[in-house]
Amino acid sequence: MSNVSTPSADKRLGSVVIPYRRCEPGTQPDYLFSSYRATVRRAPSRPLIVLPHTLSEVTGPMFGHESIAENDNDLTRQHTGETLGERIIVSGYVRDGDGHRVRNTLIEIWQANAAGRYAHVLDNHPAPLDPNFTGAGRTLTDANGFYSFVTIKPGAYPWRNHENAWRPAHIHYSLFGPAFATRLISQMYFPGDPLFAYDPVMQSISDERARQRLVCSFDLETTKPEWALGYRFDIVLRGRNATPFEDQ
Amino acid sequence: MRNKADLIPTPSQTVGPYFHLGLTDKRSTACIAGEDVKGERVTIICSVFDGDGLAVPDAMIELWQADSEGRYNHPEDTWDETQRLTFQGFGRLPTREDGTCVFQTIKPGQVPGPKGQLQAPHINVSVFARGLLKHLPTRIYFEGDRANESDPVLALVPHERRLTLMATSDPANPGTWRFDVRLHGERETVFFDI
Ligand SMILES: [Fe+3]
Repeated sequence: MSNVSTPSADKRLGSVVIPYRRCEPGTQPDYLFSSYRATVRRAPSRPLIVLPHTLSEVTGPMFGHESIAENDNDLTRQHTGETLGERIIVSGYVRDGDGHRVRNTLIEIWQANAAGRYAHVLDNHPAPLDPNFTGAGRTLTDANGFYSFVTIKPGAYPWRNHENAWRPAHIHYSLFGPAFATRLISQMYFPGDPLFAYDPVMQSISDERARQRLVCSFDLETTKPEWALGYRFDIVLRGRNATPFEDQ
Repeated sequence: MRNKADLIPTPSQTVGPYFHLGLTDKRSTACIAGEDVKGERVTIICSVFDGDGLAVPDAMIELWQADSEGRYNHPEDTWDETQRLTFQGFGRLPTREDGTCVFQTIKPGQVPGPKGQLQAPHINVSVFARGLLKHLPTRIYFEGDRANESDPVLALVPHERRLTLMATSDPANPGTWRFDVRLHGERETVFFDI
């Protein structure tokens, strides 16, 4: 039943694992945040067991590299007709907490359409669907850790968390990074949204600087004349100890 | 040098109820290891329950595992380069209405752990769902494996809670293992802060 140790495992037994750094308190949400109601019956009630990193945590899937199609990073060109809404270009760098660029890593996004409706069976918000918008995209970061998507600005949408609850406009982001320990699913918000103060998902992050990391910034440099507004959204994955700071 | 505040890691946010659009509709992987991959074939039925014991129909499970010789397909695992791994080791599925999803794979081998010990065969799990502001990491071990007794990670878990990390085999269906994830409450699964 138990596997016998193999020569390859024996040879690797002495190998040194460099752990990933843990996040500072307040910079990540807690599991239980009772104003976000769904956390109450889904958040664990016991403290998590702190796991010193092993090979299992510092390795991770190199996933999706073979299967990126041509328009996967342009959500406005996945159908035959024009997508409705305000066309935008969202781009930025993926780095780790030591400043290193994270190259060749998969980014997956999904979002509502301009009217605030997801092309999803469970979304019954009475806002129009756009036959020319699915709202899913994927891309890889390049050799500089840079990525870019063309899409439309999503609309705000109601949810049933509390009386008159609306999610601020957002794009969902999913990244793997280099390790099981760097897996991140997050959301990007747009600057100045009046709904921030009322949104428990965003407010679940108590550290103001960390919360600001979720808000993109308008970027004239990547704005394309007569075509689309540019927004910059940089992402920082966890770093690991004992690695030098990379210049720029 | 960059301002330190610039390098605070991006906070996690929930996947919400509509993740299928971007992550699983066309991007699921139920078969982690195909018939050509060497090893003991296993079917793993994962089920997710909430604090009321109700099935969670809108969760997503990701699995990450080593091959039958305990090797991860990753540059930081320094196995013998003469043999390339054909096996990626990654799977992900959304749960169905009944809170379950089913993976086809092989039982992983033993992976090196701290202090020159080998870890017992295990699969690394990430649980995502609406209502989870961060994903929940856990591990699947195989009940009855003798290596469990000396596993350095299981040793960190109070004895009475270790069972929550055990997949149990179905005597009527050899090779089929069940792994229940209980998010909250009495028989709550052990989750790891990684
Ligand atoms: Fe959303």
